[in-house]
Amino acid sequence: MDASARPDPLRLLGGRIPYVEGPLKVTGRAEYTDDLKRPGMLVGRLLRSPWAHARIRSIDPSAARALPGVYAVLTGERYPTAFGVLPITHDETAIAVGKVRYIGDILAAVAAQDEATAERALAAIRVDVEPLAEHTDPKVGIAPVTDPIHARGLHGSNVQKEVAQHFGDVDAAFARAAHTVRVRGSFAGVTHAFTEPMATIAEATPDGRLTVWSATQVPHYLHRALSEVLGLPMHRIRVIKPEVGGGFGGKSDPLPHEIACAALALETGRPVKILFDREDVFLTNHGRHPTQNDLRVAADAEGHLLAYDLTAAIDGGAWSSFGTVTTYYNGVLAMGPYRVPNFRYHGRRVYTNRPPSGAMRAHGGTNVRYTIEVALDELAEKIGVDPFELRRRNALAPHSTTVNQFRITSTSFLACLNAVRAASAWESSFRRLPFGEGIGLGCGFYISGSNSPIHFTPKMPQSTVHLKVDMDGGIAVHSMQADIGQGSNTLLAAIVAEVVGVDLERVHVVRVDSDVSPIDLGSYSSRVTFMMGNAARRAAEELKGRLVHGASELLGYPPEQIRVGPERFEVAHRPDLAVTYLEALHRAMERTGALTASGAYSSPPMGGSFKGARAGTAPAYSFAAYVARVAVDAETGDYRVGKVWAAFDCGRPLNRLAVEGQIEGSIHMGLGQLMGESLNYRGARLMNPSLLDYKIPMPMQMPEVECLLVGAEDPEGPFGAKEAGEGPLVATLPAVANALYDAVGVRFTDLPITPDKVVKGIETRRREGRAWKGD
Amino acid sequence: MRAPVRLTLNGHPVEATCPDERVLLDLLREELNLTGTKRGCDLGTCGCCTVLLDGRPVLSCLTLARLADGRSVTTIEGISPPSGLSPLQRSFVEHGATQCGFCTPGFIVAATALLREHPHPSRDEVVRGLSGNLCRCTGYAKIIEAVLAAAEGR
Ligand code: FES
Ligand code: FES
Repeated sequence: MDASARPDPLRLLGGRIPYVEGPLKVTGRAEYTDDLKRPGMLVGRLLRSPWAHARIRSIDPSAARALPGVYAVLTGERYPTAFGVLPITHDETAIAVGKVRYIGDILAAVAAQDEATAERALAAIRVDVEPLAEHTDPKVGIAPVTDPIHARGLHGSNVQKEVAQHFGDVDAAFARAAHTVRVRGSFAGVTHAFTEPMATIAEATPDGRLTVWSATQVPHYLHRALSEVLGLPMHRIRVIKPEVGGGFGGKSDPLPHEIACAALALETGRPVKILFDREDVFLTNHGRHPTQNDLRVAADAEGHLLAYDLTAAIDGGAWSSFGTVTTYYNGVLAMGPYRVPNFRYHGRRVYTNRPPSGAMRAHGGTNVRYTIEVALDELAEKIGVDPFELRRRNALAPHSTTVNQFRITSTSFLACLNAVRAASAWESSFRRLPFGEGIGLGCGFYISGSNSPIHFTPKMPQSTVHLKVDMDGGIAVHSMQADIGQGSNTLLAAIVAEVVGVDLERVHVVRVDSDVSPIDLGSYSSRVTFMMGNAARRAAEELKGRLVHGASELLGYPPEQIRVGPERFEVAHRPDLAVTYLEALHRAMERTGALTASGAYSSPPMGGSFKGARAGTAPAYSFAAYVARVAVDAETGDYRVGKVWAAFDCGRPLNRLAVEGQIEGSIHMGLGQLMGESLNYRGARLMNPSLLDYKIPMPMQMPEVECLLVGAEDPEGPFGAKEAGEGPLVATLPAVANALYDAVGVRFTDLPITPDKVVKGIETRRREGRAWKGD
Repeated sequence: MRAPVRLTLNGHPVEATCPDERVLLDLLREELNLTGTKRGCDLGTCGCCTVLLDGRPVLSCLTLARLADGRSVTTIEGISPPSGLSPLQRSFVEHGATQCGFCTPGFIVAATALLREHPHPSRDEVVRGLSGNLCRCTGYAKIIEAVLAAAEGR
């Protein structure tokens, strides 16, 4: 809808809306799972495997069970049903059954009166295993091996998922190409490093119900997994999500300890809490996959892209997790923001005896984006065109379809390019700064919600929002969307307040509780703003309709002539004739009592009909163009990112404060992966499971960030909005890498780019006699 | 060994009996039910557990409870006014300096101490003063902005 046709300007949305729960957070009054206590609560503890790969011969819990103060010791056989976040790859159990698959795998779970007793119990459990060969090299794992990690590996190998796709004719495109470039990227595994360690409390009550409080991003998938594994119908399980201290994907799988905790509660009849320490968090991982990719790009003489030929080798760790999606995404998310008429992808995700990798912010889109954007920088140089110009020539058009049948609706990618070029003084800087200083462009593309829900049965909307308002005038909002710090509660409240025309403080988002919250699929795949936002808008429209009806009866004018004003309803052409919000409400509820309203969102059908066609389809996509500026000390290899200009297309930003926060936080996380974060392994053993040895950027390492929000309204997003939670990450890494190239003339393709690699790269270039900016 | 620890906690005298090896964070969270102080790592690496000991920020996960004997401890609960917010807290909310909020009590405590020592800090002083606290959500930008704005009474 064009702006002039919109009847009322927005009051709240589009501005800077402080978080509704902010006052609780800044006073320490927000309640996270570990802040909760239940009467008679026991301490739950997990025995973790010191073996990377072993067959369990026997576990003898009798000595542990005999200790005073020990209430239960559980082993895997008690609840052996396999589960996993994707219904097609159930390969996890709450507690190991038959085998352990990585150092940290759960061998047994204990409930005891206190921590010390629980620790004594763990030490008293006797485990006898037959160690098996450790698989730590995904390259070896693609062939059949003795003792594969899972029986479901392809043809007796450790391959969890293999994807081969070909659109158009890649070989023919390369045959007629005027230019080709090839980049091989190598990416260490990185992890979320949210500040709140996982925690779960479970309590079984004599009425046959089980209540689980957990630090989760997806209460609904946890709810399903608990039901499947424990054999309890879902309606007898109640899942509550307290405040969650960050997730970034790491709390989106249903996790074994959550189920083990519930199992202990069922076993003991007492509430049980399992709280992770930092090492537990690192071992549970589910972070970004260690990946090697290889991209060949073909272009014509003017730099129009003709084809991508891409492969990816992905180290999955011990479980599938989201791995099937990961394997697809590492290919198909290459399909924007540029038009690529021919595309071939071969990807493999291989199990290894390492902590599982999973979904991490900009899941599946980060590493492939890096390789593409570095390759395009190389291509622009080869052809002799400006990197901006190359991207402009290839930008996907609005309302177009990619070769793999992604439906592109809104894109403001060109506006992103224009805005960031102007703001960053690109013209006078690119290739003109002295040696050691550089500026680089990297672009981004990400899904705004996955079109394809993980579960197809029963068929249901991806998001549902319920509203309830009684005579006090407060509006209670129920939805299972999961605020994990991104501000979705605030957005939910603001959308309702906007539509109904009331003050924000009247709206109260009720804590997620499966007993009262209608299902929303939770916080992953950058889906919340788009899907929950649409559902909330519809619910609020329904409520508004009821209120308008009440006002219309009081004012004696038909509903079509009633306009919503702040906290009032007035006759459109006679604004002096008005009733207050409460008057309208009380009239509307005279016969029914409290008003209730409901709204839902399902994404429209889209995508091709070939195998895997749904992967990467989304009701909208975000676009980005970032410029980074760096300064390198060529002697030490140290470098500093001084500034990042971040042009982002999230459609219409609904809460600028939150969108900026997502961009700044994403840049932090992207820089971490680029500059130094790395899960380091010796064989199967994770060597740095602490925040001391796995260092995330500190305040002094952060660049200045300038956000340029240039998106035009999306036709289907709520009030024209698209996602801003994950897409802002992907452009960060290549922008800095390309700036490093501009600074010192070296292409870095092995992440993280540590100072030693910078020094080495400069030395190699000098040795090869390639001069750069006078060096 | 269990010896009584007498301290002034958020302005009130408190006596607690706890084993010698008990750290202040456990005393606060587990025994005294003051859960505003957060446990992010238990190893002195994240700053989520920051409290004031005689007015200076310390990591309560590394501080033995008995070291607080005879001294004064201020937690986030003691920094927060009985109702409403301190100007620094308000600034955090308004500037979007809290996202998931788990690091926030630690930052508020550390920044409160910083502002007491340097009522008008430079940007660098803020960055250095907060370098013991990690935040994974905000990229720190809005935290630094919030502290500077509070100092300037904005
Ligand atoms: S909990 Fe004390 S520094 Fe992390
Ligand atoms: S707000 Fe989440 S860690 Fe700082």
